[in-house]
Parts: sequence; structure tokens; C-alpha cells
Amino acid sequence: MSDWLQIMIGRISLDYLPSDPATIGAAIGMPLMVLGVVGALTYFKKWKWLWESWLTNLDAKKIGTMYIIVAILMLVRGGADAIMLRMQTAVAVGDAKGPFDADMFQQVVTAHGTLMIFFVAMGLVFGIINWVLPLMIGARDMAFPLLNSISFWLFAAGMVLNNFSLVFGGFSNGGWLGYPPLTELQYNPGPGVDYWIWSLQIAGVGSLMSGINFFVTIIKNRAPGMTFWKMPVFSWSVFVMSVLIMLAFPILTVTLTLLGLDRTMGMHFFTSDAGGNPMLYINLIWAWGHPEVYILVLPAFGIFSEVVATYSKKILFGYRTMVYALLAIMFLSFVVWQHHFFTMGAGANVNAFFGIMTMVIAIPTGVKIFNWLFTMYRGRIDFKAPMVWFLAFVFTFTIGGVTGVLMAVPALDFQVHNTMFLVAHFHNVIIGGVVFGLFAGITHWFPKIFGFKLYDKFGRWAATLWQIGFILAFIPLYILGLMGAVRRLDSYDDPSWQPFFIVSGIGVLVIATGVAAFLLQVGYSIWKRKELIDTTGDPWDGRTLEWSVPSPAPHYNFAVIPEVTERDEWWHRKQTGNTAYARKEYVDIWLPRNSAVGIYVAIAAGFMGFGIIWHIWWLVAIALLGLVVVVIKQTVNDDSEYQVTANELFHEDQKRSVV
Amino acid sequence: MSKVLNRSFEKYEKAEFGFWLYLMTDIILFASLFATYMILKNNVAGGETAAQLFDPKFALVETIILLLSSFTCGLAVLLLRFKNKAAGLAMLVATLLLGIAFISLELYEFTNLVNEGQSWQTSAFLSAFFTLVGTHGIHITIGIVWAVVMCVYLLKYGVTSNSLRKMTLFSLFWHFLDLVWIFIFTIVYLGAVL
Amino acid sequence: MKRGLRVIIPITVAGVLIAVFAWLVHGKQIDVIHTAGIVADEQRQLLFFALLLSACVVVPVFTLLILFSVKYRAGNKNSSYDPNFSENAVLEGLWWGIPIAIIGILGMLTYQTSHSLDPYKKLEGGKELSIQVIGLQWKWLFIYPEYNVATLNYMAAPVDRPVHLSLTAQAPMSALWIPALGSQIYAMNGMDSQLNLKGTKIGEYTGYNTNINGEGYAKMTFTAKIMSRNDFSNWQTKASSSKNMMDMATFDVLAKPESMRDERDYVLVDKDLYDKVMQRNMPHGHTSTEHQE
Repeated sequence: MSDWLQIMIGRISLDYLPSDPATIGAAIGMPLMVLGVVGALTYFKKWKWLWESWLTNLDAKKIGTMYIIVAILMLVRGGADAIMLRMQTAVAVGDAKGPFDADMFQQVVTAHGTLMIFFVAMGLVFGIINWVLPLMIGARDMAFPLLNSISFWLFAAGMVLNNFSLVFGGFSNGGWLGYPPLTELQYNPGPGVDYWIWSLQIAGVGSLMSGINFFVTIIKNRAPGMTFWKMPVFSWSVFVMSVLIMLAFPILTVTLTLLGLDRTMGMHFFTSDAGGNPMLYINLIWAWGHPEVYILVLPAFGIFSEVVATYSKKILFGYRTMVYALLAIMFLSFVVWQHHFFTMGAGANVNAFFGIMTMVIAIPTGVKIFNWLFTMYRGRIDFKAPMVWFLAFVFTFTIGGVTGVLMAVPALDFQVHNTMFLVAHFHNVIIGGVVFGLFAGITHWFPKIFGFKLYDKFGRWAATLWQIGFILAFIPLYILGLMGAVRRLDSYDDPSWQPFFIVSGIGVLVIATGVAAFLLQVGYSIWKRKELIDTTGDPWDGRTLEWSVPSPAPHYNFAVIPEVTERDEWWHRKQTGNTAYARKEYVDIWLPRNSAVGIYVAIAAGFMGFGIIWHIWWLVAIALLGLVVVVIKQTVNDDSEYQVTANELFHEDQKRSVV
Repeated sequence: MSKVLNRSFEKYEKAEFGFWLYLMTDIILFASLFATYMILKNNVAGGETAAQLFDPKFALVETIILLLSSFTCGLAVLLLRFKNKAAGLAMLVATLLLGIAFISLELYEFTNLVNEGQSWQTSAFLSAFFTLVGTHGIHITIGIVWAVVMCVYLLKYGVTSNSLRKMTLFSLFWHFLDLVWIFIFTIVYLGAVL
Repeated sequence: MKRGLRVIIPITVAGVLIAVFAWLVHGKQIDVIHTAGIVADEQRQLLFFALLLSACVVVPVFTLLILFSVKYRAGNKNSSYDPNFSENAVLEGLWWGIPIAIIGILGMLTYQTSHSLDPYKKLEGGKELSIQVIGLQWKWLFIYPEYNVATLNYMAAPVDRPVHLSLTAQAPMSALWIPALGSQIYAMNGMDSQLNLKGTKIGEYTGYNTNINGEGYAKMTFTAKIMSRNDFSNWQTKASSSKNMMDMATFDVLAKPESMRDERDYVLVDKDLYDKVMQRNMPHGHTSTEHQE
């Protein structure tokens, strides 16, 4: 009898229900919220609309919006984690206890890092790229719309698995990168690390697919006449990012698999016995990990290239240099990974090589900042919210860049590695670069996607609150690191550290109000959308092609694919008065039908992951079978597109456009 | 008419290009597994070494089978391009049968090793071996399933631009796996004894 | 917003922030700055020099940011508007050249200090004291083969004498760090890493573990006691007369996952304890990778 039960439910047991108040609260609250949404959809009879307009819709703009919504939800969850962490460190001096015990704290710190990188940052970046890339290069959609949908749903499945660990089983306590041997069975037999492995593995496969998709889109879907050197810098940044994804993510797939094999099939890649080598893991994971941070930040740089030029009413300074700098960063990001473990004892020459290469990569990055500054020079700058985000970015990111260069000196790194100094540095560059960049981008392109602008004042408040919050939350950490505070600390002995942690806690709360300001901005703008309506499709007097279509952009993007002759093609067309199309230029087009394949693939993947985590092998087998069936069905499906005639397009266009 | 041709050619071009890129990412995947194998291959935890366990002659038979299957695969694509459905299908079936033979031999080798007490749980070296060669084997299995689906598709829809496109992608996959095997043969099996 | 307010508010906020940080830092002991060992001393010099070099970039960036924001804002009719100004070789030369120069200097310094401050490099100035360290869950064991004693959760060393630490672990990866004295280094199962330090001021300095290794991670601190020659002799005598014996059996009990924070002395019964612990975790049929000089 109990053998049967074992086979049916694997290692599930009631022992894995959460036992501390905060987690119990989350474990009840989250499903309640989900139920609330499900209830509302049923009550307002919106399921069909949701299914057809959003969930199975292959339009990149819809997929982009879904990415951003999930990412913002995860920002709130990851931010709540951060608040709890700082609540703990504000009080846990000596024997005083905070809200968490040590193990729970370590789980929360791991979840915070994992969520922020994989689900917030990646989600926001992929969301913006889906919104903007096809429009910017004069294309109708990504090269592979169905693959795009599958990528999103795999991302969502990973997110669900990650959050489900809160409800049942607990999360990993091994830090966001899960170094062995701590994450091996010997020291961590429970399901937490497995949740971490599989939620990242599933989301990672989605990211890899996106890398291929974006790359082919840029190579094959550009409007006629748009040579590479006429492509906007944001598109170049996505191009470089895609190369990084294609080269780096397979390494993550392998590394997570190897750790998973150690834990599930008793292998010995990174164990402490039978010949395992944990240092191999560290090399592999960082060979992915370093390109990953450039994957995150380069599109943010691309966003700022567009934003600064647009709001300064000026051409971007040094286009070619910007592109060469991106390409340089692309190559260099693969030869610096060892700087994440200077203290592992590789020797002076190895350390020196990687240290120097790391500093070299700072050069093209710094050059970009000067190019942006001189784009402002002799411009006529309109300080709308995106430009305020830019100011915050320059201030914040520069400091982070400096501390990065400091840590690139191995001898210095020996004193600051894995301390709060490091924590301050990477938050400095990720918040300054990625977060501020993505908020600028969302604000800038929002009207193109939704047809009305975001209320600017609240956006400026959000940027200001984030900037002040950042300073209060993270500058104290630099000093704490120098005082001896290491990272991931759930308690400490020296009471002279406490004021720093308290100030940092206040900073996190200020950042929370910054997030609230952004949510307020969105909510208020939806309420007042009639007053904020974008009637021309070009509310910022933009420079690039996406501003040449009506707002909100139609599902086919361009009724007529433009012939491109210039960089900043739209700006040029406005100068020469050439902004309309003749009737004969409209042709029949093909658009992708809706498809639920993405959802099915993600459900299969999710259940496979869940089954592996809990050792429910029959579930894994069935889910795998389901996946195979769905994939085979799709490969023989030749009817995936529908036609829109030239006539229909012409009349749609007439209805919408205001020249 | 030319619009239709254009559309299917565009579709073909993009699909093939995208698939090549996927294969490049698969190369990185295998490269990571090769690197892992080369770093761990001496970590035998007091057990038997590669030289003692691996038989390059056996692997040579596997290699020849796979090379042959690449040949039949190439023939299949050519025959189908020349609209010879029956012969093309026959070559495709030959390819997948050779694939099945390859997998059978590999499973035989794996089973023998496990029965001798040399499993993936024994040492880091063996973990790396089983994972590297096993990952290739899983890819081949996927290829075999794909080939079966292709046979059914060809029988149902005949030789069309769609089926030619799908055949091309399949053959890219199959040849790629053959190439990876050459590396496995060289680094794992020959590397064990040389 | 009124023009005056637009200037006063940011300046006030900046002023308040600076005041907050000045108050925070005032009078605090910052081990990486207020150092007590020659390695840490040199690292502090390096830190200040690198910060100074970075200022050569940071100051221009912040200045230009503020300058351009004020001068070229749309509301200022007195500035020239040149919408197509996009290339200038002199400017490009400057902002490629100066960073390249700075990185060039820092790069040379990197190469030099990677060697001079290599944790594996033996230090000058006297006969070195050899200490073997084993990282455990969640305490540190220090073995002094020269004196046949071992200590738990504190390290004794005489002032102005080079200390040579060999580190291994019987636990998930940890890293030993005494910020007042200098560099940190990982302690790993089956590996034998090295760290060379030399204390220059008598005192007690906190040591930390910088790599998460389980529940008791935060409490895995220890004290580095830099003593006068006399005090060190006294310590030696006292430790040698301890009732506790350190052999493999005691060690295996100690290695069980349990947070221990008290300080203990042991008489070292098994002189090869460290080597045995390290060897039994090593991947068999394979020596640990050679450290390059």
C-alpha cells in the first residue's frame, strides 16, 4: 500500500508545508489573488477575450505586454522579499531575532536574486524588445511568431514553479547561483534546490529560443533599404544581445542539467566525493553568468540611445562608435568570467589576465556615456520622465561602473569579494542600468502600444524616488562591506553596523514608493486615457520607424512596409514631407493565426519539472509524452497563417491614420 | 503564382537559417559537455579508467553505421528533390533503421558497463561519459522519431515545398549529429587508448 | 515648478544625503581602511589610488551631465541648437584616449599587484608561522603543527611575524577573511589553498566566512589575535596544557553540522590530521591542480 503511494506522489509529504508566518501568509495570499483574477474573469465573462486577444495571440506586441506584466508582478514579489530582508538586518544584531530564522532568510535571499534576474530583468527586457523591435526595423512581427509565444509561456512556467515553491516545499538556500557542494544532495537533500534548477532550466530554454528569434528577425525581417548601418542603435543592441544569448545560454542549460543529474541520478559532477569538482561548476556557471549581465544591460543602453536622441531633438552622437562599442562589449564579455572568483586561488597570472580584460570592457562602456552626453549637447532637451530616468541612470551607473573597475583589480577584490561592497556594486549597475533603462523604455513606447501616454508627472516622481531610494539603500552597503559585513547575512554581532542596515532599510522603503509611483502612473493613465490620448502616433516627435504608424500600432504594424533610405528614416521623412503611402503600395499580406501550442508546451514542461522535483516519475513520463505529441502535431501543421488583402489594409489605414 | 513561390521560399530560408542557429547553440551545448568530460576524465575515484573500459573497435562499428546513415540521409534528400518519392522514402527508412541499430549498440555498451558495476554513479569520470554520450544518444533518438514522423508526412502529403523544407531541416540535424559523434569517437574512445 | 525651487530642492536633498552618510561613517571602525596588517595596508593604498584615478572620469561625467542638462534644456533660449552635430574627432579622441590611459595605468598596477599581493606569496620579515585551517559547518579549526596545538574559532599569531595559512574544508565551500589583516581565500573540500598575512598591530580582529555554506553561515566568525611575543609564548604554554585532544575521532565529531561559537584549545594528537582530512576528500587518481606562480 505505501509502496503504491510512494510511486504515486513521490516524495511529497505534509512536512513541506510552510511553517513561518511570512511564508504562510504568502502561501495563502498568492493562491487567493490567482483565485480572485479567475473569479473576475468568470464573472465578467472575459475568458474568450483573454484566450483569443492575449494568451494565444502571436502578435509580438501582445506577447511583450504579457512579459512586462509578469515581470512587474515579480518585481513586486522580489521587492517584498527585499523589504523583508532589510527588516531582518535592521534588527538582527547579536542574539536579537528578526522575522526569519537563518534558513528562511537564506531562502528569501536566494529567491530575491533569482526572481530579479531571471523573471524581472529578463522579462522586462524581452517585453520591450517584443514591443519595439519589429516596429523599429519596419517588420510586421518576429521571424518566428509561434516560437516567440513558446518562449513567453516557458518563461511563465518557470515563474509559476518558482512561486509554487513558496506554497509547498521551500526554495533553494544556496544563493542565486547555487554553488555546489552546498547545493548537492549531501548538504541539501530537500526539494528547494530542485525547484531552483528546474524553474531556471525551463525559463532558460525560452530565453535561448528568443535569442535565436530576435537574431533571425534582425537579419531577415528588416524593411527593404535598411542596411545594418541604417539600423537604429536599439536594434543593434538587441542584435548583440541575441548573439550573447545564443552562445551563453546553452552553457547554463548544461550546467543546470549536470547539477540536476547529480541530485536526481546520483552522478558526481560537482560532489565532494567520487571525483566531483565543484570548481568546474563555478567556471561553467560564470561562463554563462557574465554574458548574462551584458544580455540584461545592453538593451537598456540601446533604449537610452533612442531616448536621449528623441528628447534632445538631436541626432545620436557618434553612431558608428556606439555600434563598435557594442560589438567590442560583445566579444569582451566572453573573456572576463573568472573575475567572479579571483579568490578561488587560480594564481597571479590568471587573475591578472582576467582583471585586465575586465577593465578593458569598461572602456567602450564609458565611451557610450560620453556619446550620450554629447547627444544632449546643443540639443533642445525636453525633460519628460524618460529623460529623468536617463539622468538617474548616468549618475547611478557611473558609480557602479567605478566600483566595478575597482573590483576588477584582483588584489582589491580580495578585500571586497562576496561582501556588501559587491552587493552594492551589482545592484548599482543593474538598477542604474537595467531597471532605469527599462522604465524609461516603457514610458517612452507606452503610447505606441496602447494609444495613450503615461501621465508624465508620476513618472518623474517614480524616477526621483527610485534615485533617492537607491542612494539610501545601497551606498551604506559599500561602507558596510569595508567594515567586514559579508553578503547574505541573516544576523551580525557588531552593533555599529546596525545604523547602516537601518538606513538601507529606509532606502528600500523609498524604492517601494518609487514602484508604487510607477503603478500609480499606470493606473491613473488608464483612468485618464481619454485626456492622454495619442492622436498622431508620434507624440514625442520621434526619429525612428515605429513612430510612423498610428497609435496603438495595428496588429500588422505597417500597412505598407516602408522603403528605407536613411538612418533615422522617420525623422528624414518628416523633414521632406514624405509621410503618406500611395494606394498602389498596399499589397496582400499573411499574418500568423492564434495558437495555443505555447501554452501546451509550457504546461508539459512545468509538469515535467514538478515531477522531477518531487520524484513523481509517472508524471514526468506523461508530461514528456504530452510534449512530444504537441510538438509533432505542430510540425505537421501547415495552416498557420491567414491572409489580409490589400483592400482591407487600405481601409484599415484610412480609418486610423491622422496625417 | 510568384507571390506563393516567394512566400514559401522566404519561409524556407528563414526556417533553415533559424535551424542552423539552433545547431550552433547545440554545438555550444556539446562543447560544454566535452569540456566537462575532458576535465573529469581522470577522476576515476579509484575505479577503472577510460583505457580499461572503452573499446574503440566497438565504437568504430557505431561510427560506420552512423556515417552510412548520413549517406542514406543525403540520398533521401536528393531523391526527394528530384521528386522520386518511393526511393526517397526508402532511403529515409534506411536512415532511421541505421539509427536504431546505432542506438541498440549504444544501449548494449551502456548495459554492459552498468552490469560490471561501472555506472554513472560510480565516479565523476563515468558521470561525464554517460552524460556526454547519452546526450548524443538522446539527440539521435529524437532524430529517429523525427524520421518516422517525416515518413508518415511524406506518405500523406507527398513531395511538396513544405515536405522538402522539413526534410532539409531533418537532414541538417542528422548530419550534425554524425559530426558530433566523430568528435565523441575521437576524444572519448580514441582518446582513451592513444 | 518655480525656478528657484528647482535649484534649491535638489541641493537640499543632496546636502541631507551627504549629512546622513557623514553621520553614519563618523567614528566608525572600518577594518579595510583602519588596517592592521601589511597586506591590508597595501590594499588600502591601492584602493585610494584607484578611486583617485576613477575620479578623472567621474568628475567630468557628472559635471557635463549637470552642465548640459541646465544649458540645453528646452526652456533655455540662450543656447545654440545644432540638431545634426554628431561627429567630432577631437572629442572622440579624448574620451577614448583618457579612459585607455587610465585603464593602461590600472592594468599595469593590476599585473604588478596580482603578483605582489598574491595570497600564495610568502611574506618577508621573519620566520613564518605555519597554521593549517579547516573550514567546518559552522566553525573554524586552526592547527599549529609547530606547537602541537589546535584552536577553535580563534587564531593566535605573534605581531610582525609572517603567518602562512594552509586551508581546506570538511564542509561546503567557505572562505576565510580577516579584513583588518588582508585578503580572503576559499577553503574547499579536498583542496589546499594558501594565504599569507602579517599583523602589524597588536589587537583582536574579527574574521569572517564570505561564502554561504548553510544555516550557520552568518555566525561562522572567529577572532584573529595578534599578540606580543610574550603573550604568544604564554598562549602556547596554556594551549599545550589543555585537557582537550584533537585527533581524527574528535575531528569527525566536530565536523558534524552544528553552529559553535565558543573558543577552545586542543592538544594536537594527530600531527597529520590536516593532510588526512584533505586527502580523503581529494578526487582519487588525480592530484589537485597546480597553483601557478
